[in-house]
Amino acid sequence: MADPALFEFLHTEMVAELWAHHSDPGPGGQKMSLCVLEGMGFRVGQALGERLPQETLAFREELDILKFLCKDLWVAVFQKQMDSLRTNHQGTYVLQDNSFPLLIRMASGLQYLEEAPKFLAFTCGLLRGALCILGIKSLVTASVASLPTCKFQVVIQKT
Amino acid sequence: MGYNIGVRLIEDFLARSNVGRCHDFRETADVIAKVAFKMYLGITPSITNWSPAGDEFSLILENNPLVDFVELPDNHSSLIYSNLLCGVLRGALEMVQMAVEAKFVQDTLKGDGVTEIRMRFIRRIEDNLPAGEE
Repeated sequence: MADPALFEFLHTEMVAELWAHHSDPGPGGQKMSLCVLEGMGFRVGQALGERLPQETLAFREELDILKFLCKDLWVAVFQKQMDSLRTNHQGTYVLQDNSFPLLIRMASGLQYLEEAPKFLAFTCGLLRGALCILGIKSLVTASVASLPTCKFQVVIQKT
Repeated sequence: MGYNIGVRLIEDFLARSNVGRCHDFRETADVIAKVAFKMYLGITPSITNWSPAGDEFSLILENNPLVDFVELPDNHSSLIYSNLLCGVLRGALEMVQMAVEAKFVQDTLKGDGVTEIRMRFIRRIEDNLPAGEE
């Protein structure tokens, strides 16, 4: 098993690399980089979503899948579980991590709040990809009020 | 990218492994294979093919964990998929005053039986004192 530090180093470098090659330093270029990161996370999420579930799971309902993300997926990638999961029972879920490993080395509190979204894009994609492969179309966004706590909002798209 | 990662990884490595300074390139090779690779990737490559001058060696990885689920598509058949590793080695060693070259000479992704990284010692990097200090 690879050491968890490796993913953190790689992720930091991915973000740095994408930001360094901005030909357009304005908001358009930034969005592009965020999309690329999110897309990478999506692919990885799909792969993990296929590979991780141990038993041929009968996910009985949507909530089971969300719980799987909060427990098994989070542990596999970040060596910890999500700290809280809330829902309005109408297709919106808020997953909260109080000490998100990709933010924890950056700062605590309000410093670097503007930088935080770059470090969350990949993970949003990860969640969206895993959900996708498990049959759920979703929109995932992240917000940070104060490092290293962050919230991932998952909105299920009804087709 | 690998270089940038290596430059930071070395600190993590030194903090966690507690190895002392290496006295020569052979010791360095041992530490890389037996301590570092083991710690980070859970494998221990073997060290072979020392050059007569003792400044080059090969790391042989029977299995490269980075390529467990990987196949190279036809349109990227010459991609050195794990080249990141070479950068990591180069960056990390530069931080401990060694300029080296690392490159893949065999790659299981390309059909070779093993993965082989050739390491070459270029020179020791002397610390440059800032102007005015002696």
